[in-house]
Amino acid sequence: MVLNGIRTGAGLWRGAPQETEKPMTQSLRENLHLVSDPQNLDSSVEEVFNMMLGASCHLIDEVPKDEEETITAVVGFGGLLSGACVFRSGGTAALNIAAKLTGMEFPEIDDTVKDAIGEVCNMLAGAWKGRVPDLSANCGLSIPAVITGSDYNIHVQAPEFRLHHNYRFDDTVFAVTIICDGLQ
Amino acid sequence: MSELRILIVDDSSVMRKIVERSLRQAGLDPMVVFEAGSGTDGLEVLKGQSVHLILSDINMPSMDGLEFLRQIRAQNLAEGVPVVMITTESSEEHVKQAILCGAQGYIRKPFTAEQVKERVLPLLAAAHGA
Repeated sequence: MVLNGIRTGAGLWRGAPQETEKPMTQSLRENLHLVSDPQNLDSSVEEVFNMMLGASCHLIDEVPKDEEETITAVVGFGGLLSGACVFRSGGTAALNIAAKLTGMEFPEIDDTVKDAIGEVCNMLAGAWKGRVPDLSANCGLSIPAVITGSDYNIHVQAPEFRLHHNYRFDDTVFAVTIICDGLQ
Repeated sequence: MSELRILIVDDSSVMRKIVERSLRQAGLDPMVVFEAGSGTDGLEVLKGQSVHLILSDINMPSMDGLEFLRQIRAQNLAEGVPVVMITTESSEEHVKQAILCGAQGYIRKPFTAEQVKERVLPLLAAAHGA
């Protein structure tokens, strides 16, 4: 059957096994190479920016320049994988992204900009985990938390793995990090 | 139907505006939009307003989208009104849960205005002949 956009198995209403569902391995550690595939992060970023901002962004080696004010959004993962998706940029990139997302202009980082960056991070986290079938169903997302300020770092002790990529969007740069600190 | 009345439930005010913009791009104008930041607030709106369509996020503080759906049914609010979930959660399990709770449509974030149109218009036509 088609649930207005999502194709589901015919036995859905009876609770029968879905032919489209793959059996859960319950061991993401055995598939660590799939979970930590850096291409999943790049394609997730591309998808979110293309679909929601109507613009593409490019993976770069360049490190974002320090600005007086930076913004960081964090969406936590819980379940088979614990960790977080972290979006970080300077104020200029944040204002640019929020403007593209909302169609509004912002002179400074206000609550709407924080909300916009939190939502971008939320969609990045959802898109990333959706690329790994076992994660999609067995890993929950937290509500986004957004931090603004200067000269701060987020530290995680001995993560299982960490993906960190920088991207260029228009003339601005932002970073997205996937931190995994627990894997079942 | 002269004027569509639509409830958008999402804890992000930015996302509520994006959904509203997508609906207008889909040609749903004139339209009155009611906004709610949680399932709890959404129920309060439905107690005082009749609507033709509900779009709701799942992950929200206070009352999430699935509990919001259960409460709509339990309290006999918005009978016959189609509900579409718009969420980052897209697994088969989440879709199944949403159906069981009474959703008729499901849109995964990120989304395009065209996807919103494709999901929403048939539901409105089926429910209200719009």
